[in-house]
Amino acid sequence: MLEITISHYLTVAAILFTLGIVGIFLNRKNVIIILMSVELMLLAVNLNLVAFSSHLNDLVGQVFAMFILTVAAAEAAVGLAILVVFFRNRGSIAVEDVNMMKG
Amino acid sequence: MPFENLPDLVPVLPEIFLALVIMSLLMFGVFQRGGRAETDVNTFRVISWMAVVTLIVTPLLVLSLAGSTLIGFGGLFISDPFSVFCKILVLIGSAGSLVMARNFLEEHDMARFEYPVLVVFATLGMLMMISANDLISLYMGLEMQSLSLYVIAAFRRDDTRSTEAGLKYFVLGAVASGMFLYGASLIYGFAGTTNFTILEQVLQRDTQDEYGQSLGIIFGIVFILSALAFKVSAVPFHMWTPDVYEGAPTPVTALFAIAPKIAALALFMRVMVGPFGDLISEWRQIIIFISVGSMLLGALAAINQRNIKRMMAYSSISHVGFALMGLAVGHDSGIRAILVYLTIYLFMNIGTFACILAMRRGGVMVEAIDELAGLGKTHPLMAAAMTVFMFSMAGIPPLAGFFGKLYIFLSVIQAELYLLAVIGVLTSVVGSFYYLRVIRLMYFEDPDEPLDRPVSREISLIATLAGLVTVLFFLYPDFLVLSAATASSALFLN
Repeated sequence: MLEITISHYLTVAAILFTLGIVGIFLNRKNVIIILMSVELMLLAVNLNLVAFSSHLNDLVGQVFAMFILTVAAAEAAVGLAILVVFFRNRGSIAVEDVNMMKG
Repeated sequence: MPFENLPDLVPVLPEIFLALVIMSLLMFGVFQRGGRAETDVNTFRVISWMAVVTLIVTPLLVLSLAGSTLIGFGGLFISDPFSVFCKILVLIGSAGSLVMARNFLEEHDMARFEYPVLVVFATLGMLMMISANDLISLYMGLEMQSLSLYVIAAFRRDDTRSTEAGLKYFVLGAVASGMFLYGASLIYGFAGTTNFTILEQVLQRDTQDEYGQSLGIIFGIVFILSALAFKVSAVPFHMWTPDVYEGAPTPVTALFAIAPKIAALALFMRVMVGPFGDLISEWRQIIIFISVGSMLLGALAAINQRNIKRMMAYSSISHVGFALMGLAVGHDSGIRAILVYLTIYLFMNIGTFACILAMRRGGVMVEAIDELAGLGKTHPLMAAAMTVFMFSMAGIPPLAGFFGKLYIFLSVIQAELYLLAVIGVLTSVVGSFYYLRVIRLMYFEDPDEPLDRPVSREISLIATLAGLVTVLFFLYPDFLVLSAATASSALFLN
């Protein structure tokens, strides 16, 4: 029987985090997908924190995870609001349409 | 005593004051009878001036905490001479940008009372960032600042460019927060704490034992470093800056170029020389790379910009590169040089943006650099002010900008980082090209159609004050240098 150790949790979190980053930079379609990827990154971090917290027998990690959950909700709200005003002006939320200014 | 279980609130006094005032202003604004254009503008005016007064009163509260190091909320929050110094800079920057914003917002149909409220909320977040003594409180401060700034960037909600700036800023800012958090979780896991004071002791002990640092800590530092580099818009993470600066309404750009940048650099210094100070051999190379990259890109990419806000974006990237040079030094004199540099940067930028806000024709903002042609004939005073700021940014003595660069170079040479200093001087020479081009346009080209006059009172007042500070700084530099020295030595007490 395989025993689940801290390194398993860390590996899963690292994979989720990388998926989140890759999702942001490879996605050419839709800004909503970027928001989902950001959420994935934050949840990977939460997994990391909770795993460490139980491994170290220390509550701070779980408190930190609670804070991140709260802020992530606020962040999603602000992000969607900005997306809505952008859509009203541009009529599209495709990533390649976010191109009025060239960087 | 019913209050004996309260956490120690004295070090948090300025923040509590700011939070209470701004929440009551928010309530006041919400319960005003609105709907008609003129009542909305009146509410905006009242709240705007009250917010400015608040931002001017708060430094007095901050100053009352000067001279001692106080810890609040069980180690989450610290108030020391360093935080006092940086907080005062941030508050001056926010107050200045708010004063300049009023006229612009009223003329462009953006006079909604949410603007000053959001600016003060962002300022509150910046103060919390500067005073953070724990990764958790740092994150809370950072997000409080960022969430307000995302909204202000998209504040002109019927304009495509402004909303696009907000969207870009939001997406890249969220990625940076994610990276910061991942780094913070690694640091927490491998060091067992998030508190800066304990973290410093743990890392110091680990550096001295035979195994050295674990890889997890190094990874954590790299993640946190990249997130902070994003927040100060240093090179590889600068790509959002020109777009956001160009798209956001001009008073917002003025705010972005000043207050968040100072707060993020203060945070950068506290995190790097505080908890991670013993690992300087690990992160110094990265800082040098970031700094050289920012100086080069800032100097070269600004040359063929047509839009003055975009040019200022690249200019601010190169200024961040200069400031980070002082961080690469890593000890007392480097931090002192950064603080002096940031103070001077604050005044130069407030002044420059005041001049940019005065660039209007027929009541509409114009942004192309070419519009400044012939300003020396049509608006001699404004042209003189702009000349002072451009010369100062280029680092021409005896203006203030020269001294800022001088202190940085002195500390870099003391630390024997000669190559870094040489690159710094060279990029500074290249960079002066585009500053001087603005001056050439103003004095040696003919105007096609003069810009509007008169310039509004607030803007001329701010440009004059900033210009006087920039010109007369060389008469009395001791005050600033001494207070910067007190502030920087507070970071190196233990």
